[in-house]
This record gives sequence, structure tokens and C-alpha cells, in this order.
Amino acid sequence: MTKPICETEVEVRNPEGLHMRPAMQFVDLANSFESDITVSNRHDTVDAKSIMQMTMLAATFGTRLKIRAVGTDAREAVDALRDLFDRFAPESLPKTGEKEGH
Amino acid sequence: MEIRKGIAVSPGIAIARPMLIDSKDYRIPRRSILPSQRSREIVRLRKAFATALTELEQIEAAQNIEESKIRDIFAVHMRFLRDRSFRRRISDMVNNELVTAEYAVSAILREIASHFAGIDDSYISERAADIYDIEKRLLTHLLGKRQEELDHLREEVVILARDLTPTQTAGFNKSFVIGFATEKGGRTSHTAIVARSLGIPAVVALGDLSSEVSADSVVIVDGNRGVVVIDPDEETLRQYNQYARQMTQFISKLNELRDLPAETRDGIDVQLLGNIEFPNEAEMVIAKGGQGIGLYRTEFLYLYGGQEPTEEDHYNAYAEAVRSVGKRPVVIRSMDLGADKLPHSGWRPNEANPVLGLRSIRYCLQDLPLFKTQLRAILRASVLGDVRVMFPLITNLQELRQAKMILRDVMEDLDEYAVPYNAHMPVGIMIETPSSALTAGLLANESDFFSIGTNDLIQYTLAVDRANEHVSTLFSAAEPAILRLIRNVVQDAFKAGIGLSICGEVASDPEFIMLLLGMGVRTLSLAPPMIPEVKKIIRSVTIEECNELSRKVATMDSPRQIKNYLRDAATRILPETF
Repeated sequence: MTKPICETEVEVRNPEGLHMRPAMQFVDLANSFESDITVSNRHDTVDAKSIMQMTMLAATFGTRLKIRAVGTDAREAVDALRDLFDRFAPESLPKTGEKEGH
Repeated sequence: MEIRKGIAVSPGIAIARPMLIDSKDYRIPRRSILPSQRSREIVRLRKAFATALTELEQIEAAQNIEESKIRDIFAVHMRFLRDRSFRRRISDMVNNELVTAEYAVSAILREIASHFAGIDDSYISERAADIYDIEKRLLTHLLGKRQEELDHLREEVVILARDLTPTQTAGFNKSFVIGFATEKGGRTSHTAIVARSLGIPAVVALGDLSSEVSADSVVIVDGNRGVVVIDPDEETLRQYNQYARQMTQFISKLNELRDLPAETRDGIDVQLLGNIEFPNEAEMVIAKGGQGIGLYRTEFLYLYGGQEPTEEDHYNAYAEAVRSVGKRPVVIRSMDLGADKLPHSGWRPNEANPVLGLRSIRYCLQDLPLFKTQLRAILRASVLGDVRVMFPLITNLQELRQAKMILRDVMEDLDEYAVPYNAHMPVGIMIETPSSALTAGLLANESDFFSIGTNDLIQYTLAVDRANEHVSTLFSAAEPAILRLIRNVVQDAFKAGIGLSICGEVASDPEFIMLLLGMGVRTLSLAPPMIPEVKKIIRSVTIEECNELSRKVATMDSPRQIKNYLRDAATRILPETF
């Protein structure tokens, strides 16, 4: 029997990118699932359960990421991780303005 | 007994056991193993990871970590140590390349660190420092060295180190660290600044110390004379104990001046303000008789966590400082990082000459989100008291105008959301480059106040790296060039009718007080522990004496001559200090 596969796309919407605390939350959540989970940007695919690999992905503000899970709880994993990303988006507080590159 | 002479950078006497901090990099040679030794190395590796994790869990559980950002850093370290693909990379190297566990750890972690450092995102590039930290922790266990944890201190110690980074000094348990002695550094290195703000003695530029000291040595740090004595004989120890007692008495006598005004004998008022780095130091400024905060260095907000401070982090810190001083002024300096003060090399690694590079206001003007976040917080805090903002390292009018334009932008943003702020918040600049000192007349037209930062002014004018012990003796405020620049700035500020203060080291140097008063300076901002002593000097002189002294000094041509003359004058006023 083939394992269920589930995929989704998200965008990094917190201004600092996937920095310390969000990255930890993401990795912790990924680790709570059985499925093998990967995250890809346009160039690389990395293991969502590895803080090292996730940091190397350099997911800065505006990066689009694909989350893919393979395993019995693939759907739950992808849903939970996408929800987490939604929660990362800044609240409707006044913003400082977008990153103006340096 | 071994007596070492260094540079005295913070006064006082400390006598205690040494705590040696090894800030040298571990260098791990590539050593091969036999295929039969593979499993032994893998077991060592596993043990090192397990011990490191236990250690971090203990640190996390310890009560004294209040800073949530520090907790976050350790939490990230723990996740790395548990990261399976990270561990596999190291064990694969041991298995496939037949090298020792310590070599694999060092090689892989350095590879990861340099990868992080190369990513053009300050959050990720700064993670390189975390990787080095993890490397060090693992190697400590693999090499069997006992790393004495500073936050587990249970008795008073003096810290002996090669040099201290801001992050290290910020992490000390301050109730047990009573003195610093470092092998490198200069009068204005970070160790010096932190020691002065904590009010503990420090001596720097001592040369190799570690070979002289053992764990049960006794070390005397004499921050008055710039001497460190290792394993003193009985007589020396007795003398120093007596000397330390006298110092304590002298200091408590000075503290009686707290509620008296800083007024010369002929009735001229001088304003004494405090320099602070942490908001909780604001209380010390008031306790020592300071009349406000003349320089709030905000860099620690950026150095403490592994990530950029949020607007709330800024605001909470500023609000705490402002509340501690009530209606008194608080001058908040915008971020002055870059170059020498950066703890991690990961940030702007490719600068050949960082002191002349992208730092301070220049960096802020290029990283607008970072700059605006800080300005928003300063503006929000401006309604809580007498808050003023100050831009560092301004070199010309253009930069000042740009910075003020961004401040106006932020004000407009706040208007849009009806967030209250003081629209008339005074905006000042640091005068700390020769170019701004020479064009102070122009800058005065568009500034509400000047603060002369003598440390950088000396460094840039005399072209002396203040942290380089080979040339640090050339670093002197008594150079005629420096005194001329200061005089020029004071006069230009006076002509334009704007505020002027001095916030560099000279403002707390007892030998310079009379000269500064004679040059027309009426506001000094200094390390809080030095306020009583400087007040005592001010209360002992007349402006006429100071003017006379300043005129004399203006005719002198060598720093040595000037320094001796100033010292003689100060010794007559306050013999106890010298």
C-alpha cells in the first residue's frame, strides 16, 4: 500500500523571516508527526524536522515554501504546519514598512 | 608572587580567586583513526551530545535566566543537539573519513557556521555564532576540559580573559564577579566600559596571564594603578587589604555628596548625567547623585538575543529607564553597532576596515526597518518623560538631514495610528569624527544639542585603534589636536545657543574635569560610579582657576606636558584619588 502524500504552499509573512522562535516552533511541530516532511524553496528541499536544514533554507520574508508530507498522518501534518504559518503573520498592528534591502 | 602592569580602566581594588575564561579558539588537528576505532569514537560523540544537552537543560532550568531571548538561544542550541540530520552528518564523517570525533565536530560545525555566515540575512548569518558556541560546548566535553560556567558562580571571583566580548560580559552573574583582568584591550574596549558601568575594578592589556595562574591562585586587581598581582606574598596582601578598606571609606565619604549640587566654589552650576547600557542602571545614576541620563547606549538590545529586538523590546527598555529618572532627561542614542563592537563576525564579514565601514548611523540609514523600529519606540517613550534622541557617528549635514527625515517619516506613521509622541523631542548628534568637529558650526544650525564622544573622536583624529595594545599608548585625550577640536565644538555650540555635553571617557577622568570646565563645558555625562568623585572635584574648584588652567594648557605642545600639568592640578584638589 502506498503511503498518503500531501502538499501545500505557504509564504513567510513575518518580517524577520523564519527566525529563532518560529523556526523552533515549526521544527518542534514537524517532529510531532510520523510522516516524513520536507520543505522546499525554489532551489533546495530540506528535512522539516531538522533545525539545521531549516535554518540553511534561509526562509526570509516573502519566501514561498512548499511543504510536503509522506506518511500516515501526512494530511494532519501539512494542515497543522500551514496553520502555524498563518499564525506567524504579524497582527494588524501598524507596520514599520517593508524591508528596503541593504 | 607575580606583578603585572597593564592599563587601569576602571578604579577599585578586587582580591579574589581567578576565573579563567578561555576565549581562544580550540584548534583541532585532523587525526585519523583505525576502522576498528570507529565505534569507540561514535560512543564518545554520543556521550558528548548527551552531556551537552543535560548541561543546557540545567541552564534552562536555572532560575537566573530572566531574559527570554537568552532562553531562546539555549532552546535553539538544544534543538541543534537533538537534530538527527545534524548528528548524522558528524557521525558519517567519523565513519567514512576515519577521523576523530572532535575533528568531525569541529569540521562540520565550522562548515555550517561559514555557510550561515555567508547568507545575506542578518538573522541567519548571526546564527554562525550559535554554531561556534555549540562547537565549543561539544569540544569541551570531548576534550575532557571542565568548562567553568559563569552562571554557576557561587563565590566572588575576578575574571581573567584574553579579551571579553560584550555578550560574555552581559552574561556574567554580576554579584559574584568583582574584577576584570584581560590580556588584550585598551582604555575604551568593551571590558573597560562594562567594568566602569558596573563599578568594578578592571585592568587590561596585561599580556599573557593564563600561564601564571592556577585555580587556587589569589589575584589582586588594582584598577587604580593598573596593576595585577598574582599570588601576592603576605605583606603585599596585607597592604592591599588595608588599601581596599581605605578606598571603601573614601567612596562612602564621596557618597555623602549625593544630594549636594555639582556647583563650583564660585557658584557655577554643572550638570552631571550618567552613561548607561542597561535600563536598570538608571537607578544607579540617581542613587549616585546624577541628574539624568546623558547617554543611553542601546547596543545591548541588539547584542543580547540572537535576533533583532522588536519595537516592544526597545520600548520596554526605554520606558523602564525613563520611569527610573522621572522628569529628568534621558538621551537615547540610536544604534551604534558595527565594526569593533560586533560580537559575531557573521554580520558584515567582508569589510577590510570595519571601523571606517558600514556602522552606526550609516548602517541605520541603509537598514530602514531596523532604524525605524528603534525610532518608533523612542518616540513612543517620549511622552513618558524628558526623552531626547541622539544620532551617533554623524560626519556631515547630509547624514543628519537624512536621519531627521526618517524620524519625521516615523512621526507621520505614528500620526496615522494616533499613537502619541512628543513632536518637539530634542534631536541631537554625537560629535565623534574630526569632520563633524570641524563643521560643528554648520551642524549646530540643525541640531538641538551636541554630545562630544571623545573615544571615537580620539580614535579617528589620531588614527589609533583603541583596542590595539601595540599602539594604545598613543591614544590620548591630552593631544593638542583633540583639545583644539573640543574647544572648537564647545564654541560653535555656544554661538548657536544649543546644548553641549561631553559623554566620552574624559568626562569621568578626574584629571580632565578642570580643563573641560575651563573650556566652557557645563554638562558632563559619565559612568555612574564616577559621579561622586567628579562632583567632589567640581565643588572644590572655581571657574576662574579652571579658565586659567585651560589658557595655560592651550599654550602647551605635548600630550605628556599637558597630562602632567593636569595631574598636578588635580592632585592638589583631590589628593585621595591619585
